[in-house]
Amino acid sequence: MAINNSNKSKLIYTFFAWGISGLIFFPILWTLLTSFKTEAEAISASPSLFMFDWTLVNYKDVLARSPYFDHFWNSVIISLGSSILGLLIAIPAAWSMAFMQTKRTKNLLMWMLSTKMLPPVGVLIPIYMLFRDFGLLDTKIGLVIVMTMINLPIMVWMLYTYFREIPGEILEASRMDGANIVDEIFHVLLPIALPGIASTLLLNVILAWNEAFWSLILTAANAAPLTAFIASYSSPEGLFYAKLSAASAMAIVPILILGWFSQKQLVRGLSFGAVK
Amino acid sequence: MATTNSRSLAQLMLFPSVILLLAWMIVPLCMTLYFSFLDYNLLTPGNNEFIGFVNYEFFLTDPAFLESFFNTLLLVSGVLLITLVGGIGLAILLDQAIWGRNYVRIMVLAPFFVMPTVSALVWKNMLMNPVNGLFAHFAAWIGVTPVDFFAQIPLLSIIIIVSWQWLPFAALILLTAIQSLDREQLEAADLDGAGPFSKFLYIVLPHLSRAITAVILIETIFLLSIFAEILVTTSGGPGYASTNITYLIYTQSLLQFDVGGGSAGGIVAVILANIVAIFLMRIIGKNLEG
Amino acid sequence: MGSITLKQVTKSFDKVNVIKPIDLEIIDGEFIVFVGPSGCGKSTLLRMIAGLEDTTSGTIEIDGKDATETPPAKRGLAMVFQSYALYPHMTVRNNIAFPLKREKISADEIEKKIANAAKILNLDSYLDRKPGQLSGGQRQRVAIGRAIVRQPSAFLFDEPLSNLDASLRVNMRLEISELHKSLATTMVYVTHDQVEAMTMADRIAVFNAGIIEQVGTPLELYNNPVNQFVAGFIGSPKMNFINVDSTGNDPTVCIGIRPEHIEISTEKGMWSGKVGVIEHLGSETFLHVHIENNETLTVRTDGNCELKYGDKVYLSAADNKILHFDAAGVTLNND
Repeated sequence: MAINNSNKSKLIYTFFAWGISGLIFFPILWTLLTSFKTEAEAISASPSLFMFDWTLVNYKDVLARSPYFDHFWNSVIISLGSSILGLLIAIPAAWSMAFMQTKRTKNLLMWMLSTKMLPPVGVLIPIYMLFRDFGLLDTKIGLVIVMTMINLPIMVWMLYTYFREIPGEILEASRMDGANIVDEIFHVLLPIALPGIASTLLLNVILAWNEAFWSLILTAANAAPLTAFIASYSSPEGLFYAKLSAASAMAIVPILILGWFSQKQLVRGLSFGAVK
Repeated sequence: MATTNSRSLAQLMLFPSVILLLAWMIVPLCMTLYFSFLDYNLLTPGNNEFIGFVNYEFFLTDPAFLESFFNTLLLVSGVLLITLVGGIGLAILLDQAIWGRNYVRIMVLAPFFVMPTVSALVWKNMLMNPVNGLFAHFAAWIGVTPVDFFAQIPLLSIIIIVSWQWLPFAALILLTAIQSLDREQLEAADLDGAGPFSKFLYIVLPHLSRAITAVILIETIFLLSIFAEILVTTSGGPGYASTNITYLIYTQSLLQFDVGGGSAGGIVAVILANIVAIFLMRIIGKNLEG
Repeated sequence: MGSITLKQVTKSFDKVNVIKPIDLEIIDGEFIVFVGPSGCGKSTLLRMIAGLEDTTSGTIEIDGKDATETPPAKRGLAMVFQSYALYPHMTVRNNIAFPLKREKISADEIEKKIANAAKILNLDSYLDRKPGQLSGGQRQRVAIGRAIVRQPSAFLFDEPLSNLDASLRVNMRLEISELHKSLATTMVYVTHDQVEAMTMADRIAVFNAGIIEQVGTPLELYNNPVNQFVAGFIGSPKMNFINVDSTGNDPTVCIGIRPEHIEISTEKGMWSGKVGVIEHLGSETFLHVHIENNETLTVRTDGNCELKYGDKVYLSAADNKILHFDAAGVTLNND
């Protein structure tokens, strides 16, 4: 960790860094490459990295023959829907906790975070039965509700930390200037907090997209998002590696891109203040 | 800063989230608790009569439970060990001056953003498959028998997959923490004649202790509920070799339709998670002070 | 319009009482300064007048009407915050227009008022910039501009100059005083800096731990402080305090004498001592003289003082400049 400017050590570190990160990234890279191979090539005993006949047939197959696009769309609706719904509920709560702090605020915040630590199996049966009885099984609405609930604590937490960075005096000034609560939130708070709100939205879209418990259990053919649909590629009949790769690639690339932009948000949202 | 007007407004704004979270948590939890005391199995329609702690007895004395419990411990500690050691190493590495640092970061962070079902399938089929997987090809190339990962070392295979997914998280948190380390401390240590190893042991590691604790606790909370990877690769087998508590309860509840037993298991899981959560809450509480 | 009356106003946070019952009459058009050490309650009281904090008990009247329960927007007051509290996402023009848009007046009217405020405060050239692009002093003026356009009954200033550097502070002090003269509107100004208080105020209210020790003109407070606290707070450098033994009928336990009222002689005087640290400011010199009983007196003298560290000197002061304080710190009448 000594700050060592000599090029030699830079070279060594670069070598190790690229080597190790390359290994880490390799499974993803391999998947992306395999998606452009033929099935035969995909299981070949002498696999090649780039030297093969590139083809788009897998993508065509996946999109044409299976309801892939429907499930992709399900993922979009469920992630986006639950994140927006969550924001609508979380913004007022975070406003209240950030600007009208009381002795109970901290405890309340911690309680909210603690609901996220409830193991899903603790409520698996009742949720399943309630959903069944209310006709929410295998519906997008049902899953949106669940995603909103499990991510609400994180959204409130993140918005709280962003709002706290805004000086309360600005809101007081707006009050002195005659703003009512609607004015205060829409004309002053939201425009200033927009980056923070966008970040929260981003992180939660990612978390909801990748969620792999409720989305597997509460859905079937209709409302299954990609997490569940991909799982159905796991049956042992036939080794359709190339198609699996194409399906996987389409499922993960959007989130890989979004994820790249949300590193800071990830730290803020999921480390609960342990690091800045 | 508050007046009675604004304070009652603040309460109102809190209301929806509090009520919803309360409902989300309390109602199902109470139901689970209630069911756990009943003889309730969807395959054997009956009176669902109250049987006290019998379900708990059965659940806790079931050898499957013992095995799942240990599997859970192994799973969590295995992933924690790999991600922490790897995470610290990566954090230190990424903190150095290297060419193309941004690209290295992209590659290191990527696994965290891949959905668990895809990760599991890719590892299972394209890497670990004993006939067509890359590892098998590699083994053949160096003249060794390929490992049948999910038959021979199912739990370890799952540990590998999950560690791969969570390593970026640990690395990112620890990297952020390292970057907040005051460089002057290290320079002072240089002047005092400390070598890289002592600097690491006496300056970097203590500074990271808060971040490491956070990583341990946060990962533990999530790792207790590993599910998708098991579902998609081994379905808990062979036998119960790769079943953790979460998966065990899932099979009992939704595959064996034992509502009573599954509920008892659910409550046990909640209690176990609570123990961890208490520690996590204390840490978060301390952070909220600052 | 512009008179504010506080009657038996108190404030408690949970069980902690931070403002004891306070009565204060703020006269229409005056520039009154609330001054005191940190935590004395002056800012809290200002915020209660503004309506940003509840009043635990007592009444606040604005122009004769009870405004204790009125929300801040309806009190007809304008506030300039210590951190200016400008809306970072709006241009200067829109910052100033914000309160006007809430009043529902025509766009023309708004333009006129903005132009007027801009002229008074020299803001014309940056009406279309955002606060982030302005310097501290410029932001300060925008905050004042935003307050002016509301044509309030009174302006409330909460330590507005604390965030500026020293030279800018002097300039802004003058500008604010000029503004007061030209607008003739009541201004209630909170600061912890007694120099600001002395130079700007028509009257000063000295706060200490939730009560007002004294209200009066700057010279009244300087010449006739009612107790030791006020005597020590007003005037820079601080008044010298010497403990004396109480003798017979005389309840004096402490006397006070300002550095500028002490005369130096090399031959005789009321106190003798050795010169310690000397601070040369060019325009004046401050000597720290160690006298009997381990006391130290700060003495102000001309800029061309030639005394040196260790010199022996004699110090005296005129009788009518020496203040006597009893055991409770209250000033006793001299003659």
